[in-house]
Amino acid sequence: MDDILAEFIAETRETLEAVAGELVAWEADPGDRERLDAIFRFVHTVKGSCGFLELPRLERLSHAAEGALADVREGRRIADSTLVSAVLGIVDRIGELAEALDSGEAVPDGDDYLIAALSAEAPKPEPAAPEPASAGQRGTLRSIRISLDLLDRLMGGVSDLVLARNELSRRLQDAGADPAIEGAFERLSICVGDMRDAITRTRMQRIEKLFASVPRLVRDLSGELGKSVELVVEGGDVELDREMIEVIRDPLTHIVRNALDHGIETPDQRVAAGKPPQGRLRIGARQSGNQIIIDIADDGRGIDTDRLLAKAIAARVVTAERAEKLSHEARLQLVFEPGLSTARSVTAISGRGVGMDVVRANIEKIGGLVDIASVPGQGMTLCLRVPLTLSIIPALTVGAAGQNFAIPRSSIQEIVREGGGSVAVERIGSTMIARLRDQRLPVVMLEDALGLPAGDAGARRSLVVVNPAGGATYALSVASLYDHQELVIRPSCPAVMAAGVYAGMTLPDTGRPMLLLDPAGIADQAGVAAITASEVEAVPASPAEARERVSMLLFRDLDGEERAVRLGVVERIEDVSGEQIRFVAGRLRLAIDGRIIPLVGFDKLIDREMLSVLRLNDGAVELAYAIDEVVDIVALEGDVARAPSAGIVAGATLIGGRQVEVLDPHWLFADATATAVDGGDRPLCLLADRDDPWMREVLRPLVESAGYRVAFAGDAEPTSADVVIAGEGAAPDHTVPPARLLKLRNAIAAREADGASVYRYDRAGLMTALQARRAGGEG
Amino acid sequence: MSDTLYLVFELGGQRVAIASEIVDSVVHVVDIVPAPLAPPHIAGLAALRSRVITMVDARAALGLEPVTGAGVRVTVVVTLDGHQYGLIVDRVDDVCAIPGDPAPVRARLGAGWSRAASAMLEHDGASLLLLDPAALIAGARAEAA
Repeated sequence: MDDILAEFIAETRETLEAVAGELVAWEADPGDRERLDAIFRFVHTVKGSCGFLELPRLERLSHAAEGALADVREGRRIADSTLVSAVLGIVDRIGELAEALDSGEAVPDGDDYLIAALSAEAPKPEPAAPEPASAGQRGTLRSIRISLDLLDRLMGGVSDLVLARNELSRRLQDAGADPAIEGAFERLSICVGDMRDAITRTRMQRIEKLFASVPRLVRDLSGELGKSVELVVEGGDVELDREMIEVIRDPLTHIVRNALDHGIETPDQRVAAGKPPQGRLRIGARQSGNQIIIDIADDGRGIDTDRLLAKAIAARVVTAERAEKLSHEARLQLVFEPGLSTARSVTAISGRGVGMDVVRANIEKIGGLVDIASVPGQGMTLCLRVPLTLSIIPALTVGAAGQNFAIPRSSIQEIVREGGGSVAVERIGSTMIARLRDQRLPVVMLEDALGLPAGDAGARRSLVVVNPAGGATYALSVASLYDHQELVIRPSCPAVMAAGVYAGMTLPDTGRPMLLLDPAGIADQAGVAAITASEVEAVPASPAEARERVSMLLFRDLDGEERAVRLGVVERIEDVSGEQIRFVAGRLRLAIDGRIIPLVGFDKLIDREMLSVLRLNDGAVELAYAIDEVVDIVALEGDVARAPSAGIVAGATLIGGRQVEVLDPHWLFADATATAVDGGDRPLCLLADRDDPWMREVLRPLVESAGYRVAFAGDAEPTSADVVIAGEGAAPDHTVPPARLLKLRNAIAAREADGASVYRYDRAGLMTALQARRAGGEG
Repeated sequence: MSDTLYLVFELGGQRVAIASEIVDSVVHVVDIVPAPLAPPHIAGLAALRSRVITMVDARAALGLEPVTGAGVRVTVVVTLDGHQYGLIVDRVDDVCAIPGDPAPVRARLGAGWSRAASAMLEHDGASLLLLDPAALIAGARAEAA
């Protein structure tokens, strides 16, 4: 709450500065409609915020000023100098009160006098007005506002710093600098990384921050209005530029207030209309191409377009003849005209319809759009589309009719190939339905949806199960699947966007432009019914069922094996060059995006020119896992047979009839974290035979991935090693205590010959033995 | 009175001009990726160095026979409202300075032409139609709005 209050004070202070100029200009020319609107918006915003923050004095003042200004806007009153002075007095008082809130000082009462001065019959102001307290001391500021230009410059500076750091790193590698310099460089790298993260964070914020104030607002308003409202908030983890969040804050507050005040009916009215007594307000955010879409949907009475039209004609926004010809959508658009509202009564909550023109003005200022949909008696949905500053999104490339398209990964639930056992496509009437486990999904042929020639009837196609937020899940049937990649999305031109099925365009590495599909738009185009709020309620998703559908990323590992990892921990898949990989500070690390992250892999990676890595992220720890190629995204169907001991592999499961090892993300992250903490203090493992290529090429990465530094005999004294691994042929070294010695044998069955030895391809056994010795060393 | 530079090109058998200040470049485009469901005069997308431009079939935008078949397209690249467009034309003649102010179009043109032509110019003893690229890009849809 303190945060919100501080923000209100900062905002009011800032707007006051801007509004001061408007006020002076308005005083010079009281007929200036634009100035009037600007001042009106200011007092309206203050009123809205105070109502929410429970600041009755400010609310009373702003409500009074708003009322007088609304009269002027609607032509019921002429703006004369008396009124201007009265409004000026109130605006000044708002400023004083805001400062007082900050410094905790009291401002003497005198509000009634100021409010009385507003009334049309007010006598000439007398100088007897109580002298406002000299503006109190400004409180100590715990936050400051900085211009985004400055942030951008900081960001640019840090990017240059990262580039310079990378170059320095390359040169240090080449020159073979001494460890002291490397240590200092390592520290520098960490500082640069931290700084970059911090600066990035200053610009990007989770939209949660924006949504955080909504529950309280809804609770307070519904209490005040005697309504019962259930709030559903979705998509809080969508990240948005801070600037955008600030711009959206007020419009969102206005929309929520409007929905509660004018949209959702009282319980009695709702029951009379055959609806459940509790109203429903849904707020959802999602990313669609290079836009963030925020939907605010209520199930209230919707907009009364006839009343709206009547008001618009009365206010001369449209002529009666033209009004006749307006479509339903065009009539709804009238809501955005200044000074129009369908509210039957003017209330302190949402007021006089000013909200909607403020909403639109604010959103359009940042290049966004506001869409409105309303069904009388069933509710209305406002859709704010705002651009995303960072326009790189992970996407899947698919093919249809010989052309490639991209689908945003965020909306893909899973991918299945037709003809596999898990899915059957059947024709019902003229539509196609896919049966996927216990789900039945409408199938949309991408070619049909885009009006392209149909594909070869006999060809095996793939189904991409997409779930556009706020829409129905459906299966998009495509002729071919290509790869996952990160695409830089740019907005398409309006003529292409008007097709309604695209979210943007991109130029991938192929050099051929590609369009990014908008799954929600395709659903509309193909007539896949959107799920409304009431339907969602009718089909409650059982959490148990949801748990069973775990998507796994199936990939071919560097040792040729197919392995799988939970898709949820895979942030993205990226191609990196071997040059980005180095064995530094005790483990394999990947330099990427100007940072260094731990790398795990089943091979000596440095020699490869290019390889793919899975970037895994648990929200705090980031690591890369080197792979050969991505095979598919599949659903985890059966149980996972647990591995006998903890390690990189959690167990095995059946995917498409084959046994596939499943990685243990917990182990991976724990391993990466251990590295971050231990730094250079990793236990040392001495490999006994330097000339054995198997030890060098095969065993070494495994030992390293178990958390050891590796040295070869001769590089380090056997006594200084935490563990020594000796092959079968190596001469026994009696200086090493047996607890630290790990002997390998070449034959799987030769255990009886030496009970303490481990078969050299007994991966789990090796890992266990290494971990046991490492644990022993640490304890 | 200053001479204004115009790009003169041929379109549907006629010589027409556009103001050269909005022209970024004239390029030859081979590979056009179609944009399904886009209006008919939008020929698709093409790569121009690291950028993607929207290809506009200027003949289709004028209501003439659209360009068909594969081949090299002579393309006038213009920027409008932050988007880059490539106008496919028949042939580019020249950039020339034409003295005098454009005169209003007095002749009755076909529907497509009258939408796109903003004025007339006198050049080398012949009349040239001055086209408005924005109208070409908007295509036939402009009328409906």
